[in-house]
Amino acid sequence: MSDLTSAGTAVGGAPVGGDGPSTEATTGGEGRSASLWADARRQLLRDPIFVIAFIYVLVVGSMAAFPKLWTSQDPRSCNTDRSRISPSGEHPFGFDILGCDYYAHAIYGARPSMVIAVMATSGIVLFGGTLGLLAGYYGGWVDTIISRVMDIFFSLPFLLGAIVFLTVIKRQNIWTITGVLFLLAWPTIARIIRGSVISSKDLDYVQAAKAVGARNSRLMFRHILPNAIAPMLVYATIVLGSFVAAEATLTFLGVGLQPPAQSWGIMISTHQVYFLEDPWLLLFPCGLLVGTVLSFILMGDALRDALDPKFR
Amino acid sequence: MSTDVNVKLEALAGVDPNALPLQVKDLHVEFRTRNGIAHAVNGVSFDLRAGETRAILGESGCGKSVTAQAIMGILDSPPGFITGGEILYRGVDLLKLPESERRKVRANRIAMIFQDALSALNPVFTVGFQLAELFRKHRGMSRKDAKVRAVELLDLVKIPAASQRVNDYPHQFSGGMRQRVMIAMALALDPEVLIADEPTTALDVTVQAQIMALLAELQRERNMGLVLITHDMGVVADVADRISVMYAGRVIEEAGVNDIYATPAHPYTKGLLESIPRLDLKGHELSAIKGLPPALTNIPPGCAFNPRCRYAQDVCRKDPAPPLYQVSPNRTAACHFWKEVKGDE
Amino acid sequence: MGRYVIRRLLQFIPTVLGTMFLLHYMTALAIQFSGNPVRALFGDRTPPPALLQAITERLGYGDPCLDQRGNPCFGLFADRLQNIFFHFDFGINLRQREVTDLVADAIPFTLKLLVIAILFEAVVGIAAGVLAGLRGGSFADYLVKISTVFVISVPIFVLGVVVREFVGVKFGNVLRGQDWIPDVISSGMFSPVFKPDYPMASLIIPGMVLGATSLAVTARLTRTSIMENIRADYVRTARAKGLTNKRVIGVHTLRNSLIPVITFLGVDIGAAMAGAVVTETIFNVPGIGRLVTMSARTGESSVVVGVVTMLVLVVLVANLLVDLLYAVLDPRIRYE
Repeated sequence: MSDLTSAGTAVGGAPVGGDGPSTEATTGGEGRSASLWADARRQLLRDPIFVIAFIYVLVVGSMAAFPKLWTSQDPRSCNTDRSRISPSGEHPFGFDILGCDYYAHAIYGARPSMVIAVMATSGIVLFGGTLGLLAGYYGGWVDTIISRVMDIFFSLPFLLGAIVFLTVIKRQNIWTITGVLFLLAWPTIARIIRGSVISSKDLDYVQAAKAVGARNSRLMFRHILPNAIAPMLVYATIVLGSFVAAEATLTFLGVGLQPPAQSWGIMISTHQVYFLEDPWLLLFPCGLLVGTVLSFILMGDALRDALDPKFR
Repeated sequence: MSTDVNVKLEALAGVDPNALPLQVKDLHVEFRTRNGIAHAVNGVSFDLRAGETRAILGESGCGKSVTAQAIMGILDSPPGFITGGEILYRGVDLLKLPESERRKVRANRIAMIFQDALSALNPVFTVGFQLAELFRKHRGMSRKDAKVRAVELLDLVKIPAASQRVNDYPHQFSGGMRQRVMIAMALALDPEVLIADEPTTALDVTVQAQIMALLAELQRERNMGLVLITHDMGVVADVADRISVMYAGRVIEEAGVNDIYATPAHPYTKGLLESIPRLDLKGHELSAIKGLPPALTNIPPGCAFNPRCRYAQDVCRKDPAPPLYQVSPNRTAACHFWKEVKGDE
Repeated sequence: MGRYVIRRLLQFIPTVLGTMFLLHYMTALAIQFSGNPVRALFGDRTPPPALLQAITERLGYGDPCLDQRGNPCFGLFADRLQNIFFHFDFGINLRQREVTDLVADAIPFTLKLLVIAILFEAVVGIAAGVLAGLRGGSFADYLVKISTVFVISVPIFVLGVVVREFVGVKFGNVLRGQDWIPDVISSGMFSPVFKPDYPMASLIIPGMVLGATSLAVTARLTRTSIMENIRADYVRTARAKGLTNKRVIGVHTLRNSLIPVITFLGVDIGAAMAGAVVTETIFNVPGIGRLVTMSARTGESSVVVGVVTMLVLVVLVANLLVDLLYAVLDPRIRYE
């Protein structure tokens, strides 16, 4: 077995030619990553789980971006006479406790979750990614400081920190929720980037580029960062899902979005007690929420399998 | 010690004390992977006498480690499957034994040394525990007695301060010392056959020599058969009695060590010898075998070596593969043109 | 070992101070942006100025640094640390009850819940993971793989609400209609909410809900860990030593595979404390978690800050113990 595997891994390191180590090494690295991405795309498109999850996310995303595409009803035109009327052809999700169209509420409810998740994820990718890159690349005291700060953030359980901040600040809107998610979650991405930067820093072609005098910025952005992109992408996808879940959880606990805002978390927390009589009031928002989280996680898993050559 | 051996021999039904300690006959192993079937071993045969050293020589991926694992019965299965052949220990076909019987052969009669002692030793147990385990599980000794034996073993392989080091963990030893621990572990139950899979590859050159000398000494003391798996022609020349050269899962040449070095009869063996740097040829260009070994999922028809061979002709590119020709009474080579290869020198 | 412990203890102090400061700064910033939280405690009522003044003073919210946005309030932080570490004072609630008293009342319930959750996830999670890991590609493996993704994807509050309504209410009502089923099962274990009459039985289902997500993570971790180790060289060595399969798996493979799993379980004690906030709210368990939610909902921020500070300290200590345990389990760490 060891014979077989060693034959397979011999392809890894790009050979360094005597006359032009820099260019050869560069093309070695880029050629490898280019084919990695092309391979990954091909494998992903053939993976039915990824395709279904991706379509689901696209659907939810379009609900968030263009709710009018999906419903002509106004979620705020309510009439308590229609309270808790069962689903029908015209109103596929029926009416909620206040007599608002439940389907419209569900469509409009996608927006805050998605906006918060996308904003917070972009934030942690940019900020956490930068810090992780700096810590991994420079090492030494830069790394020590950043790593210790990350340890501190890791010690604060996410939910507890978020509850404290949102309770004290009393302004529970999209911005504060995004802010607290960002604040408490950036070290996870930073840690991942730091790890992959440290491991790719010692790769032969990076050393070769360094040996011919490539500048720090060039080394970082052309040689090291591309290696860190794959794990970051995988993690960012999964984080999107967990942020959607986190928003709903905070809202359910009463420290997130507040009615009359529309959100799946509000739908669940308002209607949880009517489950026996009208289970659909609970099942529709739960289904949408779980579907979204699940889709992001499955996409992340599929991405990891596609981007990690070990799994082929 | 000797009474011990007799007890062992009786315990296994059908053992003929006069038969060879190890005979491999026409062994076939394949790996069923997602990318197709890899034919790792395709009809390997060899014998091993007591006290003899048999080298199995070849590049990585030629099936030599797989052969060793098949003999030990520790092939990862799936994906690895033994699809044909016999492995005889003193006349008993190990492949036909039930697993419980087979287990008793391991370490007791046939033991193995692995290439990388750091990963081959369990990182979370002391070496003493890992050595004593053998005595406890195979000999039913108490923890205390087994520990005493473990110290003796470490002494035997010349590890200084054995009685203290027995409580250390593998990562606390140097590379050479770790390989000594591996050897101690293999010799613990006094086996008749020792399989050493690249025992010195991971070590410094000076340490390599010490380890090989130790192995040779212990082998002589115990009249033990040694199967030495390696890709290092230098190691082979020093210690081996007979050599089997493997290529793409086949033995392509089998001979005594002097014959092979003097007059190789297969172009691959010849290529290997020519690629060794030699002081007397300083200044000459070093010749290397061009090309790469074939993928085991896709072995070319005819002689597997033909795409890289300077003697190759049409007959070599067609099935069947060349048979093992009798080159002289005591040696064989799987090449249609062995006479040209041998006389060409 | 000794040096490792000392180094780890020395690292522990700045981490504690840092985490406390992070918590402090988040609170201070929030106050600087939204004003004295004590007033909000009273909602629409106008508090007597003397009472407002007393509570504000007691909680240290009168400090002028809280009027300057962005000021890290180091003085206030020092006071708070002093209160916590020398006087064991975590603040008071609206009725001027000590937070420590409130927590003391609530903690037995949370502890029971935690024990149930951790036991559940450890036993079932490791068993499922071992089963799946040893038979990679089998039906059991796929079942574990797929079901764990689902469990991980379901936010714990959704799971809690659905379980409460389906199992506690619907299925529980069926059970309660049968005379032959003992009350401890029908009204205790399958009760939709915590029942003081059945303090243990009615915590079983909430505990399982609390442990569910981590159970899935435990199972996956065990599975991958086993799969990695089962192909390791030293497992092959153990086989070559002629050991029985039971010993190869049970001693040589499991010992190594379970190191990351046990570490995860240890760290998860902290995570489960945070998770208890959700679970206790849903099942109305009068533990620390519900105390946090109820205080958060009524805006009693002083209680939230006090309780969370205490929980964070517990989590930090738990993490420290896990690190020390890790060194006991893995000799490579010990001798670094």
